[in-house]
Amino acid sequence: MIDLTKKIPVKEQEPKLRALNFEEVCLGYTAEEAKLEATRCLDCKNPLCVKGCPVQINIPSFIKEIKNDNFLNAYEIIKRDSSLPAICGRVCPQETQCESKCVRGIKGEAINIGKLERFCADFALENSQKPQKQKTNGIKVAVVGSGPAGLACAGDLINLGYEVTVFEALHEFGGVLVYGIPEFRLPKQKIVKKEIENLRLKGVNFVKNVVVGKSVTIDELLSEEGFSAVFIGTGAGLPTFMNVKGEGLNGVFSANEYLTRSNLMGAFLKDSATPIKKSKKVVVVGGGNVAMDSARTAVRLGAEVHVVYRRGEEELPARREEIEHAKEEGVIFNLLNNPVEILGDENGNVCGVKVIKMKLGEPDQSGRRKPIELQGSEFVIDADTVIMAIGTCSNPLISNSTSGLQTNYKKCLLVDERLMTTKDGVFAGGDAVTGSATVILAMGAGKKATKSIDEYLKNKLNI
Amino acid sequence: MYEILDSRQLTENIVELKILAPWVAKKCLPGQFVIIRTSDDGERIPLTISDYDRTEKSVSIVVQVVGASSHKLAKLKKGDFIHDFVGPLGNPSEIILKFDEFKDKNMLFVAGGVDTAPVYPQVKWLFENGNKADVIVGARNKDLLILTEEMQKVANQLYICTDDGSFGFGGRVTEMINSLVKLGKKYDLCVAIGPVIMMKFVSLLTKTLSIPTIVSMNPIMVDGTGMCGACRVTVGGEVKFACVDGPEFDGHLVDFDEAMKRQTLYKTFEGRAYLKEKEGDSHHGGCGFCGGEND
Repeated sequence: MIDLTKKIPVKEQEPKLRALNFEEVCLGYTAEEAKLEATRCLDCKNPLCVKGCPVQINIPSFIKEIKNDNFLNAYEIIKRDSSLPAICGRVCPQETQCESKCVRGIKGEAINIGKLERFCADFALENSQKPQKQKTNGIKVAVVGSGPAGLACAGDLINLGYEVTVFEALHEFGGVLVYGIPEFRLPKQKIVKKEIENLRLKGVNFVKNVVVGKSVTIDELLSEEGFSAVFIGTGAGLPTFMNVKGEGLNGVFSANEYLTRSNLMGAFLKDSATPIKKSKKVVVVGGGNVAMDSARTAVRLGAEVHVVYRRGEEELPARREEIEHAKEEGVIFNLLNNPVEILGDENGNVCGVKVIKMKLGEPDQSGRRKPIELQGSEFVIDADTVIMAIGTCSNPLISNSTSGLQTNYKKCLLVDERLMTTKDGVFAGGDAVTGSATVILAMGAGKKATKSIDEYLKNKLNI
Repeated sequence: MYEILDSRQLTENIVELKILAPWVAKKCLPGQFVIIRTSDDGERIPLTISDYDRTEKSVSIVVQVVGASSHKLAKLKKGDFIHDFVGPLGNPSEIILKFDEFKDKNMLFVAGGVDTAPVYPQVKWLFENGNKADVIVGARNKDLLILTEEMQKVANQLYICTDDGSFGFGGRVTEMINSLVKLGKKYDLCVAIGPVIMMKFVSLLTKTLSIPTIVSMNPIMVDGTGMCGACRVTVGGEVKFACVDGPEFDGHLVDFDEAMKRQTLYKTFEGRAYLKEKEGDSHHGGCGFCGGEND
């Protein structure tokens, strides 16, 4: 008999081994393990887990299908509300969403909903039939950006019969799924490429190397290129720096740059044409998922890595799993520390980071306790590389080049409840609207926008 | 994939490629750049647009072999394909964006070496719009001069300087600027594009001569759309991204010393990769890296 209060453990690569490679850390459930885990579900009448899910996936219902060996049915149930189950099963912060509400969690461990979702999705990617090309109604809709919001929107639009073109600025499709999230957390060939290939088979037209706002404007898409509506899912791609002294030194990178070099350009591979710094000692500034991804990438590239975060362990915004994985892989956490200056040698290379100790005061507007500097507590951490992972903001390329598109003070696009921007026929969703958030929220926004675009076009074109 | 319509050897190490790129050709203006990848595993290389033809839907770039990636690129011939070609990136030249202001002004362009290529479309654009500018082209020696005939056709006066005196005036571009000013030439604006060190000294000089100066920065970058922040340049104490805020900046405000240091970050890596690419299996050390017999 299994202990029903505990999760069925999920196999992972050994920390010592995986700290030396870029293969996926979590190996996922086998069918047997998934079924066992599924038997732990109480199938609550009033399932709180569903309320905890940003897109309200019918969780008990898909788990029941797993229990009954109907893995493809389980997948279809998830697909009703989520376009990217294999991805969300891997990168959603389940512990603060569905799993945080699980009744099992009161006297034991919550059901491992994320890993069950991932299991169904992986099973389906292997065993489903190839999608068929959809019939189109000839009405053209443009999707700008091929990240989670854009992919979700494109997927739903093609199912509704629209002729969909996805424009991507980079040379690969997937947005943050490709340039941001490392291979060891989200395999690109096995998962992301397949999701995109499936959309292509359905008839979505993917166009790379087009920077909307530069190569073509939104106004031109609507007036010259024949699109009846546009969805903007361009994410929050602009890195933030701290504005401390020494940020211009060689060896200071934005997490975006570091991760893009490694993930998108494959700089972690031995024969890569794109270089990445071979660091001995790295300081990563920040405590979110991007900070963890940067730290764990640097570990795999052979460095000793310190995460410097100005609040405490409790306040780390990263997923628990990432924090635990980072620790197991040898990442050192310098908590309640904040950089005040980056130090350089005579050649302009980073040689250390001067940090100040912090303590936590009263909660601030975000509800988290405000960090306060302890005067005179500065000390130096030696380092040859500093990675800034302190958040990103929206890229103004589109808002600056489109007439009638309004943004807030953070350059995020303003939208109404239908996700229509201040420009008629132009919709937006995901990080471009909210500022940096999660894959699932972006995916959910893409789906929601599709419904609005459909209504808008039906009204406008009288169909 | 993007077809190469023509390839022209300008010097031993410098090649001009004309590429079929409809999206870019439709929108680009002088001053903007593109990012290219030669192959599926290639690196993203930023290159300034040297010419374009909207009817032919082509964009030209000039490539100087400095590393493995540019070596690969320079070997491509007519009919070959480039894997990725994206743009136009960055802002068009200020003299074009604000042409009303510059229409009747006396303009001086200063080009260094291979960067004659990005200067050419600006001078050509001005010529087509009724303003003929003076141009100084500087190079180490006469074999490194490019596009002089083309430039001659669109410039008011073309002054050529070589460091070794093998062609034109023997000396640096700054000396040429000085002598022109002494001869009584008056310039309302200087546009200098070339190696960072050249732009630094031109800017230092024009500051003393009170000639407003625009420089075009070409730092290390990855995406070219504002995402990576690798291309940050300090201008007037503020951090700017060359890819979205530039590439042109006020030469009297740019921190050139920092820019020069930042450019060295991957230099050794690039050099090693180039040696490997060029020497292939015949490489047996000497790069100080592979541990071969000559190391």
